[in-house]
Amino acid sequence: MTEKPQARVENIDRDRGHYLLHQMLRIRRLEERCADLYAQTKIRGFLHLYIGEEAVAVGVIDALRDDDAVLGTYREHGHALMKGMSAESIMAEMYGNVEGCSMGRGGSMHLFSKEHRFFGGHAIVGAGLPPTVGLALADKMLGRDRVTVGFFGDGSVAEGEFHESMNLAALWQVPALFCCENNLYAMGTALDRHQSQPDLHLKAASYGIPSIQVDGMDVLAVSHAARRAVAAIRDGSGPQFIEFLTYRFRAHSMFDPELYRDKAEVEKWKERDPIKNLTTYLRERDLLTEQEYDELDQSARQEVERAVEFAEKGSLEPVEDLLRFVYSEPEEDR
Amino acid sequence: MREIAFRDALNEALAEEMERDPDVFLMGEEVAEYNGAYKVSKGLLDQFGPRRVIDTPIVELGFAGLGVGAALAGLKPVIEMMTFNFAILALDQVVNHAAKARYMSNGQLSCPIVIRGAGGAGGSLAAQHSQSLEAHYAHVPGLKVMMPATPKDAKGMLKTAIRDPDPVIFIESEVLYGYKGEVPEEEYLIPMGKGEIKREGGDCTVITWSRMVHTVMDAAEELKNSDGVDVEVLDLRTLRPLDKDLIRESVKKTNRVVVVEEAWPWASVGASVADFVARDLFDWLDAPVGRVNQRDVPMPYAFNLEPLSLPSVERVAEAVKKACYL
Ligand SMILES: Cc1ncc(C[n+]2csc(CCOP(=O)(O)OP(=O)(O)O)c2C)c(N)n1
Ligand SMILES: [Mg+2]
Repeated sequence: MTEKPQARVENIDRDRGHYLLHQMLRIRRLEERCADLYAQTKIRGFLHLYIGEEAVAVGVIDALRDDDAVLGTYREHGHALMKGMSAESIMAEMYGNVEGCSMGRGGSMHLFSKEHRFFGGHAIVGAGLPPTVGLALADKMLGRDRVTVGFFGDGSVAEGEFHESMNLAALWQVPALFCCENNLYAMGTALDRHQSQPDLHLKAASYGIPSIQVDGMDVLAVSHAARRAVAAIRDGSGPQFIEFLTYRFRAHSMFDPELYRDKAEVEKWKERDPIKNLTTYLRERDLLTEQEYDELDQSARQEVERAVEFAEKGSLEPVEDLLRFVYSEPEEDR
Repeated sequence: MREIAFRDALNEALAEEMERDPDVFLMGEEVAEYNGAYKVSKGLLDQFGPRRVIDTPIVELGFAGLGVGAALAGLKPVIEMMTFNFAILALDQVVNHAAKARYMSNGQLSCPIVIRGAGGAGGSLAAQHSQSLEAHYAHVPGLKVMMPATPKDAKGMLKTAIRDPDPVIFIESEVLYGYKGEVPEEEYLIPMGKGEIKREGGDCTVITWSRMVHTVMDAAEELKNSDGVDVEVLDLRTLRPLDKDLIRESVKKTNRVVVVEEAWPWASVGASVADFVARDLFDWLDAPVGRVNQRDVPMPYAFNLEPLSLPSVERVAEAVKKACYL
């Protein structure tokens, strides 16, 4: 039922290589800017950056159709962007603006877009999993060939909700793809200090879910694994589980002195930076010039600056609306 | 007297009780090596070692249940919930087990567990991280609920909670951790079930607790200056059991009451306090009981809406004036 880590298997052409690189750069530049804006208190509350882990969201969400659904954690800016939500709507949300994807009510941890079938933004560890199974169950009941993808950290695997969700997903063979972003730490607790079986895919396998472990720093390996899994799920063969081995380069959130890990360890993982990794791969095969890289990077930076400008010009939700949308509003009542 | 921060007062309470009683231990997420998400347990791992300061995986229901088991076995666990938003995942163990062990066993068992951690709004933390959930616990017979407002109370109340033979829910306002106040050097306890008059006044009693004590104190100062109204500020400190005597004494003096809480208005602790006042002290009241709460919405992230959602000095002052027919 389980397979060994996937080697890089996808052969890619220039366009696809550039596309994947560009997607990772968009996320990286967006979040680097978020860190600055947080220091300026333009963004407040908790902010969790995905820097270092971009290959996972890019490779997986690229394998989806627009009508497939995605759920993430509080570390979900990259997933939202990849699912088609604009950098403007994400940045405006972090500014608390009414133009934001959740009208300023959610902030960094609660991005939502029904139009893009991006169902949050969940800040309770493990709590996005039961809804992932539920969305998938609905598709199965309605006979739709859609896939629902749930992203979650290694930390969630300790929660009861994880195990309850795996059991039900397998029992009812729902069309869900579980993407475990194993970045080796749950906040300040290293994997071997919170998991009895640190090979997390084995836990999912024990529920009868086809499960593999994949190098999450290699977008091509991620993409290959995700495409295979999504195709199988769409064919009606039930849920699949992928454990991505990845690493966050930044602190857990903005208030973390990182006393629990060695600087040397972080530096070692940075050598496997997914952006550098793909850039090297493309350069070695003459699929990317330095100038082309700069163009992709510039385009990502410009997109982010446009998003910041948009947010700077944004407006706050009118005070009269504070009490709105706690319940359905009359015009929505059927 | 020396001044220390709320979090350090809690830290001293934990250290002193662990020193005093070898059965006391601390368990929760990030309590040991990380020194606590809010640094309440700073230094305790070094002082007491990993047998008594235990890091757990993210498994609130599980470690709350382990705590219940250890308490039934005679130990005195202090379970840290990183915040009470996550303690929701542990409610089964708290409500169905900790709260009922003594009753169901006809007094044979006792469950001396303390479940403590951060509660209330922080600042732009949005809906899933900004909740005052004390009513969930205060509703349940078998639980005791404490919520301190000052460093002095925090220390004396936590020591009492740890020594208490029953399950105690101990909620610490997240925004108060850095708040400094006078704390005696010598040992003291603040009794279970006893509130305190934080400011004396003859015109109107404002009943409140936790973070809102500070908002109410500011409002009282303002009302004194603006309208010459003397507000009596009653800090309940313990929400269950309720200090009814203190409420009676104060209301008989002022004849006017406003209840201020950070939580939502419906089915809240404040609602029950207002119910008690209205029925028990009906003949002593000169005005309907006033109430100030968080607006009845999940907490918005937006910077302009969060402060509007929380009770403010202005809203408290308005409610007091209304109770005084001003
Ligand atoms: C139920 C619950 N408990 C505790 C927390 C506090 N918390 C937020 S993130 C986190 C660590 C989660 O680690 P992991 O699942 O590995 O995700 P990562 O942050 O590494 O992406 C913790 C303990 C929470 N949000 N929800
Ligand atoms: Mg993790």
